[in-house]
Amino acid sequence: MPHKILRKRKLAHLVHDFVVEAPLVAEHAKPGHFIVVRLHEHGERIPLTIADVYPEEKAFRMIVRAVGKTTYELCMMKEGDEILDVVGPLGKPSEIEKYGRVLLIGGGVGIATLHPIAKALHEAGNEIISILGGRSAEYVIMQEEFKKFGEIVITTDDGTLGMKGVVTDAMEYLVKERGEKFDVAWAVGPTIMMKFAALKGKELGIPKVWVSLNPIMVDGTGMCGACRVTVGGEIKFACVDGPEFDGYQVEWDELMRRMTQYKKKEEEAFKRFLEKVGDVSWL
Amino acid sequence: MALNIPPKKTPIKEQDPKERIHNFNEVALGYTPEEAIAEAKRCITCPTKPCVSGCPVHIDIPTFIKYIKEGNFRAAIDTIKQYNNLPAICGRVCPQEDQCEAQCVVAKIPGHEPVAIGRLERFVADWEAEQGEVKIPEIKEKKGKKVAVVGAGPAGLTAAADLAKMGYDVTVFEAFHKPGGVLIYGIPEFRLPKRIVEREVEYIKKLGVKIMTNVVIGKSIPVDELLSEFDAVFIGVGAGAPKFIGVPGTNLNGVYSASEFLTRVNLMRAYEFPEYDTPIIVGKKVAVIGAGNTAMDAARTALRVGAEKVMIIYRRTEKEMPARLEEYHHAVEEGIEFHWLRQPKEYVGDEEGNVIGVRCAVMELGEPDESGRRRPVPTGEEDFIEADMVIEAIGQQAQKVLLDEFPQLKKNKWGYIDADLETGATNVKGVFAGGDIVTGAATVIEAMGAGKRAAKAIDRYLSGEWNPWE
Ligand SMILES: Cc1cc2nc3c(=O)[nH]c(=O)nc-3n(C[C@H](O)[C@H](O)[C@H](O)COP(=O)(O)OP(=O)(O)OC[C@H]3O[C@@H](n4cnc5c(N)ncnc54)[C@H](O)[C@@H]3O)c2cc1C
Ligand SMILES: Cc1cc2nc3c(=O)[nH]c(=O)nc-3n(C[C@H](O)[C@H](O)[C@H](O)COP(=O)(O)OP(=O)(O)OC[C@H]3O[C@@H](n4cnc5c(N)ncnc54)[C@H](O)[C@@H]3O)c2cc1C
Ligand code: SF4
Ligand code: SF4
Ligand code: FES
Repeated sequence: MPHKILRKRKLAHLVHDFVVEAPLVAEHAKPGHFIVVRLHEHGERIPLTIADVYPEEKAFRMIVRAVGKTTYELCMMKEGDEILDVVGPLGKPSEIEKYGRVLLIGGGVGIATLHPIAKALHEAGNEIISILGGRSAEYVIMQEEFKKFGEIVITTDDGTLGMKGVVTDAMEYLVKERGEKFDVAWAVGPTIMMKFAALKGKELGIPKVWVSLNPIMVDGTGMCGACRVTVGGEIKFACVDGPEFDGYQVEWDELMRRMTQYKKKEEEAFKRFLEKVGDVSWL
Repeated sequence: MALNIPPKKTPIKEQDPKERIHNFNEVALGYTPEEAIAEAKRCITCPTKPCVSGCPVHIDIPTFIKYIKEGNFRAAIDTIKQYNNLPAICGRVCPQEDQCEAQCVVAKIPGHEPVAIGRLERFVADWEAEQGEVKIPEIKEKKGKKVAVVGAGPAGLTAAADLAKMGYDVTVFEAFHKPGGVLIYGIPEFRLPKRIVEREVEYIKKLGVKIMTNVVIGKSIPVDELLSEFDAVFIGVGAGAPKFIGVPGTNLNGVYSASEFLTRVNLMRAYEFPEYDTPIIVGKKVAVIGAGNTAMDAARTALRVGAEKVMIIYRRTEKEMPARLEEYHHAVEEGIEFHWLRQPKEYVGDEEGNVIGVRCAVMELGEPDESGRRRPVPTGEEDFIEADMVIEAIGQQAQKVLLDEFPQLKKNKWGYIDADLETGATNVKGVFAGGDIVTGAATVIEAMGAGKRAAKAIDRYLSGEWNPWE
């Protein structure tokens, strides 16, 4: 059954916000869940996080950053277009409880992944401070949405908004300079960011930093093992045992290495794609 | 015995090994009507028909073969279809040498091969498909009851078809975008063309079965919802989850599970990359660990997508190897190397984390174990096999995505569903199960047989004749 794109909006260069019809996803998604999409008959299956749900429209929201063939193709789709397959919700939901004071750290489109988690933690009565990071002002998405849950601290690599620096600088500022104490943290963003956020969290004495891993996946149902990561010395499948894990236990370097397995092929596919579609600077 | 039976099976035409390692077309090309009749004549229609007891669904083999002898292919296929919904598939992939053909009396004559029952079954099934429209049986009166089938592998599809024929309103839920289970994502095109599976699925749809793809039960639809919306549920989710030996180096780049490798190639058609978007990487020297059907499929697939050298590493010997004999012969013809009595101890990587070889313990055979096969024991010696890609195919385990969401369902000590083998009944009222998720990885025909038995039991339960939960 094809899934109609009900709304689509550009958030930043190469970052697009979609509302897509998928009744089963809208009905059953919980914070932390993701979906797998396949755009068309020749398409690859790629995982994307459920950023929000709209049960009355039987639809869900996803925020996509174009990085290669499939995500470019997706971001080039228009309102009214149809995505061939949407499977989900998949993965284990986030562990939402009343922890007390919670630190949320989001980078790039990881901010979108963090959004439903933030919403649920807020509803569960936690006090929240969010650090939102991006390369420059344009990439710090969903600021207004996060303000609803508590204070936000912004960092940009180039200093165009908020603190100049990276999210770990803001962590240090909050804990060391302001003397904030946190009962738990979530860090979601590029793998390298999550790795350093976890290291920093440990150094700053935060009891636990949850991270949401994004290894390469195929089926998303535990049938292929492509998504395997080492956590606490054991092999875990991110699609069914995660995607959220205790950031202190993850073998980060192995994960980053595994994510480059298909790099050559991905580049080849992307180059061919660009030759076919021409100028994409508008995206 | 003074019987004049040609000692060997009528040969089946095959693609030349030199050609076929460069394409995904079917290897065995099937009998012509003349060849089929000649082969059928090798069957002596013996009154004891031991072959029938060797077949898990007890096809009336002498009768269908007798019809082939007479050239009455229609009657032959109709006979088979009373027992087996998927003859074109079973004729191709059944391990006949362990099942029907293992019992054939002709093989008891010194120097004789059994009747080629599988090839004959395949012949009549393909013959029927060539006749155009396949007969759709008349559906009896609608029963007004709803049955859900979880998983569209051979177990689920068979249960669904039988229940639909009985008049039930059947919906199949399948996690992948295509129905067929292992038949679609595991067994490669060159052994089982996908159009044959698609043909069978079309037939099942014509029986009125609804197939909902991209639905993961337990996730897309919670178990409670399923149980409350349907009068009975059949679970056939298979044992598709990969197992890893767990030796150091398992997560190196270049180490794959056979499930991932085969899914990429078969389901996602990575062998047509970049026409299809899913990539596959193939090494120059590929080591496949294990010697079952999955290992043979992975090895022969690696060859077809461009590996220069493919090796199978197995801790026992040729004799204990679980693969179908025919596939082993095909693999040998295609130039796959076999390293017997080697047990991986470590996958060795370079400084960038890419696999460069397998460090193996050299084994020898000791006393037989529980399975009756001689147990491999280490000799203390080691061996290093160079490889820039490793595919682990040491077996699968229970597919847990549903089981994890269904804690009330009783499991056995291996993590499979604890279901009655005769009826498929589980400990949860109205829930039945069959196929690999009950027995552990087995065969297509056994999964089908379980689906058939469960369909009968579900019918008895829903018509109020029998209720094991009272
Ligand atoms: C559980 C999960 C949730 C995700 N949620 C989102 C989301 O909400 N929004 C979003 O935009 N993306 C998300 N991703 C990442 C997304 O799946 C990848 O960006 C996508 O698969 C890339 O496909 P492609 O064909 O466009 O690019 P490819 O050609 O596959 O890759 C292009 C480049 O992107 C990098 N890349 C490849 N895979 C990933 C990956 N998994 N993560 C990060 N970089 C990658 C590679 O280094 C490569 O060079 C998620 C991934 C996972 C596993
Ligand atoms: C590579 C390979 C080669 C083989 N070769 C042979 C051979 O030559 N001969 C032979 O007889 N046997 C062979 N086998 C074994 C045979 O394929 C299996 O025994 C048989 O397919 C089992 O059937 P099944 O219906 O129990 O499960 P499967 O075929 O595994 O089907 C299960 C289906 O359930 C779906 N599913 C799982 N979880 C869910 C969920 N929660 N919701 C919805 N759907 C779900 C899966 O996606 C899958 O499609 C081979 C197996 C493999 C892996
Ligand atoms: S279904 Fe399989 S075991 Fe039974 S007769 Fe056919 S080939 Fe033999
Ligand atoms: S055992 Fe062999 S010879 Fe006898 S009926 Fe069966 S196939 Fe024919
Ligand atoms: S994506 Fe296949 S097991 Fe996780």
